[in-house]
Amino acid sequence: MSDLPLRSQLAVALGRTAAKMSRLAGKGDGSVIGGKVGLKLDPELLTRLAKDRKLVLVSATNGKTTTTRLITSAMTPLGEVATNAFGANMPTGHVSALASAPGARYGVLECDEKYVPMVLRETGANVVALMNLSRDQMDRAAEIWLLAGKWRKALEASPQSHVIANCDDPLVTWGASTARSVTWVAAGQHWREDSWCCPECGGPLDRQDTDEDSDWRCRQCHFARPRPDWVLKGDQVTAPDGRMFPLTQLALPGRANKSNAVIALAVVAQFGVPPEQALPLLGEVRSVAGRYTTVEHENRHIRLLLSKNPAGWLEAFDVLEPAPGPVALSINAQGPDGRDTSWLWDVDYRILRGRPVWVTGERRVDLAARLEAAEVPFTIVDDIEQAVMAVPPGKLDVIANYTAFQNIRTRYGRVV
Amino acid sequence: MSSDPTNAGPHRPLKIVWIYPDLLSTYGDQGNTIVLERRAALRGIPTETVHLRSDEPVPPDGDVYLLGGGEDRPQILAAQRLRNDGGLHAAVQRGAVVFAVCAGYQILGHEFGGEEGQPLPGLGLLDIRSGRGEQRAVGEVVGDVATELNVPRITGFENHQGVTHIGPNAWPLARVVAGVGNGGGDGTEGAYSGRILGTYMHGPALVRNPGLADLLLRWAVGAELQPIDDSWAGRLREERLNAVLTSG
Repeated sequence: MSDLPLRSQLAVALGRTAAKMSRLAGKGDGSVIGGKVGLKLDPELLTRLAKDRKLVLVSATNGKTTTTRLITSAMTPLGEVATNAFGANMPTGHVSALASAPGARYGVLECDEKYVPMVLRETGANVVALMNLSRDQMDRAAEIWLLAGKWRKALEASPQSHVIANCDDPLVTWGASTARSVTWVAAGQHWREDSWCCPECGGPLDRQDTDEDSDWRCRQCHFARPRPDWVLKGDQVTAPDGRMFPLTQLALPGRANKSNAVIALAVVAQFGVPPEQALPLLGEVRSVAGRYTTVEHENRHIRLLLSKNPAGWLEAFDVLEPAPGPVALSINAQGPDGRDTSWLWDVDYRILRGRPVWVTGERRVDLAARLEAAEVPFTIVDDIEQAVMAVPPGKLDVIANYTAFQNIRTRYGRVV
Repeated sequence: MSSDPTNAGPHRPLKIVWIYPDLLSTYGDQGNTIVLERRAALRGIPTETVHLRSDEPVPPDGDVYLLGGGEDRPQILAAQRLRNDGGLHAAVQRGAVVFAVCAGYQILGHEFGGEEGQPLPGLGLLDIRSGRGEQRAVGEVVGDVATELNVPRITGFENHQGVTHIGPNAWPLARVVAGVGNGGGDGTEGAYSGRILGTYMHGPALVRNPGLADLLLRWAVGAELQPIDDSWAGRLREERLNAVLTSG
């Protein structure tokens, strides 16, 4: 930090002041505005702050924030780790994260999928973890085939970066396969509607259609699933040396978090942290920026699940209390959610039949039309409080998309 | 969804073919099959839906063919495969109904813009030509439908960079009230000719437009349909129209 040029030091200091003022004004954690001010004063600030540190970039459509947290936790034996723990996953957030931990020799940065090429160029990150790509907020996010193509170019131009990639996702595999060195992780893929075609040639992919076996290959060209170094099967992880570890210590629920955990194990192994040391540290992560948190209100135990796109809903359904446990769904369509609710029609809601379903959020009528067409009985309410008070004391699972989730979190306490 | 002829009542099952969900299904396109199935079922018309992958031949005996949206590369692949296959052309000659959105709409025409905007040959089933525009059109779209079609005002979400010009053998689906639509400066949205209809309203365009869904079903069964309650879809439609038309 002290060997930063004066201009950069000033940029960092002013960025911090801006962040602090933003926090005092109650406008979030200030990491975006802080980074913005810093980058304005020194456009090369990210490069300078990244210098002489070992950095991990974490990117995917789903699971970025959680996996970043898991990796950070498992890297604690190495010393201080800089990280953007609250999902500010663009360069402004990266600058804030690194600037606020000047002494940290390691950094774990969640990175928006679109920004991977830019951040890779500016930081020359040592390790890049790539987990999954699927349709997401089409009105503002990039098309995923295009995105994977950009990853390819960026990784080709960054031969010093080692990639940890989920080889069960064909598009991620294609996106990662120009890297000079890759650790392939069979981390699973449950949402497959975006990977029926070969990313290389467009031919049909032949796939094993079970959760236990994710092998795939193109019928027309050479493109096929690489041989995995790490394998996740059910609750078991097999490490490259053949040793097996159960994931039973994981506190975060569901199969998606098992995928996130095996990616985290592969990443930290790259830095010399063995699975037996990492696993208990992964188990210490109980909730991530409010996700999976249970809040208590009037004797209701409300568990908050965030789902932003069809693949995310599939994973949220996987962790629901068994039927007839009640569930409340809340949908908004503000900027961060995507203003287009078409994706509701990609989610198979029929799985919710047989339990009380409450529907709320600014776009509750969109959801009502969707559930009616799926023949899922539901009750529509004006706000989440009505749903909470209508269910009997006990458990209630709430699935919400981004701003709907933040609203509910604010209402019932921001437990992190 | 029943294909059991003993349950078919007065109708044989209506065959709905969803063309290439592995290529042309970016965002909720499945909604159109669900809406058609549901609105047919509420009138006692059984349906049979085929989710047709792009490595399978297009069955020529469908009643309604649906084409969804897609990225550039999948769009190009879909156009190539449909041209080589010929099944959709045969179905159209038989008088089948075709409903296409966004990328699917563009490939029905004579040409469309490729990855670099280069003109590529379409299927030539609808007299339109599409290319790439300067700006992406993203947002709500509302249009007043051609009076001949007897369909109320349409509401949807568009997300495209295409510009489409309609030739002398096709007609605009609608006049744009809000949003961009075809984007060629003539204030039109979508196009139709015979029983082929395309629109830039992407994804589940039929959800908010039960009238449009019923038009396709009317064409397919060749008879008037009994009215049904649009229920939540109807309320959604009203809510979206109000939200867009009162926001200025």
